[in-house]
Amino acid sequence: MIKSVFLGTFAAAGLAAGVAGAATLDDVKANDVLKCGISTGLAGFSAPDANGVWQGFDVAVCRAVAAAVLGDSNKIEFVPLTTQTRFTALGSGEIDLLSRNTTWTFTRDVDLKQTFVGVNYYDGQGFMIRKDMGVGSATELDGATVCIQTGTTTELNLSDYFRVNNMDYDPVPIETNNEAIQQYQAGACDVYTTDASGLAATRATFEDAEAHMILPEIISKEPLGPVVRHGDDQWADIVRWTLNALIAAEEYGVTSANLEKMAEGTDNPEINRLLGNEGNLGEMLGLDAEFARRAIAVAGNYGEIFASNIGEGTPIGLARGLNAQWTQGGLMYSPPFR
Amino acid sequence: MSTVVDDGRQSFRPSMLLYDTRYRSLTIQVVAAILIALGMSWLLWNVVQNLAAQGKDFSFGFLGQRAGYDINQQLIDYNSNSSHARAALVGILNTLLVAFLGCVLATILGVIAGVLRLSNNWLVARMMTVYVEGFRNVPLLLWIIAIFALMAEGMPQPRDFREGGDASMVLDSVAITNRGIYLPMPVWGPGSGVLLAVFAASLAAIWAFRRYAHKRQEATGEILPVLGVSLALFFLPAIVFYFILGGPVSLSYPELKGFNFGGGLHLRNSLIALWLALSLYTGAFIAEIVRGGILAISKGQSEAAFALGLRPRRTMSLVVLPQALRVIIPPLISQYLNLTKNSSLAIAVGYMDARATLGGITINQTGRELEGMFLLGLFYLVLSLLISGVMNIYNASIKLKER
Repeated sequence: MIKSVFLGTFAAAGLAAGVAGAATLDDVKANDVLKCGISTGLAGFSAPDANGVWQGFDVAVCRAVAAAVLGDSNKIEFVPLTTQTRFTALGSGEIDLLSRNTTWTFTRDVDLKQTFVGVNYYDGQGFMIRKDMGVGSATELDGATVCIQTGTTTELNLSDYFRVNNMDYDPVPIETNNEAIQQYQAGACDVYTTDASGLAATRATFEDAEAHMILPEIISKEPLGPVVRHGDDQWADIVRWTLNALIAAEEYGVTSANLEKMAEGTDNPEINRLLGNEGNLGEMLGLDAEFARRAIAVAGNYGEIFASNIGEGTPIGLARGLNAQWTQGGLMYSPPFR
Repeated sequence: MSTVVDDGRQSFRPSMLLYDTRYRSLTIQVVAAILIALGMSWLLWNVVQNLAAQGKDFSFGFLGQRAGYDINQQLIDYNSNSSHARAALVGILNTLLVAFLGCVLATILGVIAGVLRLSNNWLVARMMTVYVEGFRNVPLLLWIIAIFALMAEGMPQPRDFREGGDASMVLDSVAITNRGIYLPMPVWGPGSGVLLAVFAASLAAIWAFRRYAHKRQEATGEILPVLGVSLALFFLPAIVFYFILGGPVSLSYPELKGFNFGGGLHLRNSLIALWLALSLYTGAFIAEIVRGGILAISKGQSEAAFALGLRPRRTMSLVVLPQALRVIIPPLISQYLNLTKNSSLAIAVGYMDARATLGGITINQTGRELEGMFLLGLFYLVLSLLISGVMNIYNASIKLKER
């Protein structure tokens, strides 16, 4: 009898473990909530607004996916994660989707078994410093004390950059962006380094933003994008094509203003397929035909999301640069909806 | 079991496993053991299954790979080209450093506060009460962060030390900045080895002299001036040889260079905050242990010592403390273990201990959470066992010798 209990326990455990790994879509639908991992606070990317509602460029990806899958952009449980906890949270199933300015690298993709579904922001690592330090270039930073967030690619880039340029530095490892700001503003470090977009966002929250500058050197490539667990291709496709839908919508001129009108049918078959008037792309994904329409309806297309969260009209004031559409000389390029 | 077989009158029935007190405890133990084994195997099975589901293996190969990150406080040579194992070692040494410094300072603080809390001086005793209650009733993490914030926000920046700045160095040699404290550091020139050897020899001489004085006192009752001779042995030979060798040891003073101070010894904010907070916090507990130990010695002991004509200080050091130590040491071991393990709160202030290197950055860069946490747990386990082993040996040596 004991033997059978033993075997039974093993079988049950094995079953439970096996189930946890697959079919994220079913889990999300069954829970009727999307568990989305975001950063603990980075203005413009993911930060709670005055009403305590999470807003931002990375949050918009979560909302679009929730709208596409569950039909409601508010059915999200936001899980704020530090750089150190994010991958464990994703791997253990604590979150379904990680949208937390995470750099797509070979090791993370191949060895850590994460699936990067695309890039929603092409970034690079930069340095922020007080203007009155009299430093005009990152090559003059020999001997500086540098605040970094631990567990990031920036930590490794920083080490490489200073070593290659034969400079010395004193790293001050910090857990979150907020703590880093505190240290930087107290002058406990001379320089703060992270992705240039993050620096711009951080600088925008300073009372004396004008007293700080971002050095011209960008020392790395940081393609940031949403991440899902390895091994669930259907879920990866859903997130990938929701993101592509936002990008494609901008390319084809589908905006939150003309979405309703476009959805009635246009003479561009690509738009018709995107918005579910032609073909059955949504069903192929395991969703319905209007998934992209709902995703775009949340906050508009990629360009609108960019403009309202981090664009030049906002305090963060990032130019589109590399993140412009490919038709505008940028890198944003959605594969065809066909 | 053999008793059962021998007992011819009553043969063994299964129900006896539950109702016979001879077998009941055995039954309960076996069932408990099976349940524990089942629980463990379930956990293990789950791990294996989940690792397989994520396509990960269990391997320590990552330890040999290039670490690629820098560590600001290194007791041994390390750079970003070193391996993850080396980085872990750097972190482990940093943990050992702060644990050692913390244990020493906590003991000193604890003994002083514990003794003074028993003082007849109302003000002193109350001040110590405030210290003890204040520190042991507030979470350690808050103290670490509070001291860190005090250093980071309250102290001047290095650039304030420039010409025209409003900060200056203490005695022109110590700079207290918001990045830590810069102290003059001894530079060991040629011939300093001889000086160290002389110093070691004088330490040995002090030990030998005290032994001799003790034996002589046991034999003849004559008391030698131990303190004076010890102090003379401690300082004189080293100073004489320092001048004979032409001053082989010099001091390197911190100087402002570019962004930061260069030269000298840099005690980082993170180390200072962690060290002070751990010491003050654990010291408060040790103070109570010391006070309890002293109070545990009956008043008759000191009264008897006074009756024999011993002065109060000698009474304390020869009669009360040796007996109190027997009460103090066992809980003191626990406090040392607590302090060592609490040092993993270093993460709050970015002190690069084993938790931050092996258990933090390495895990994050390699994705080997399970292996990393396993090694980290093993490290703390071994360290704790070592500390309690050493302290137990000490405890055995001071315990009441019964003849």
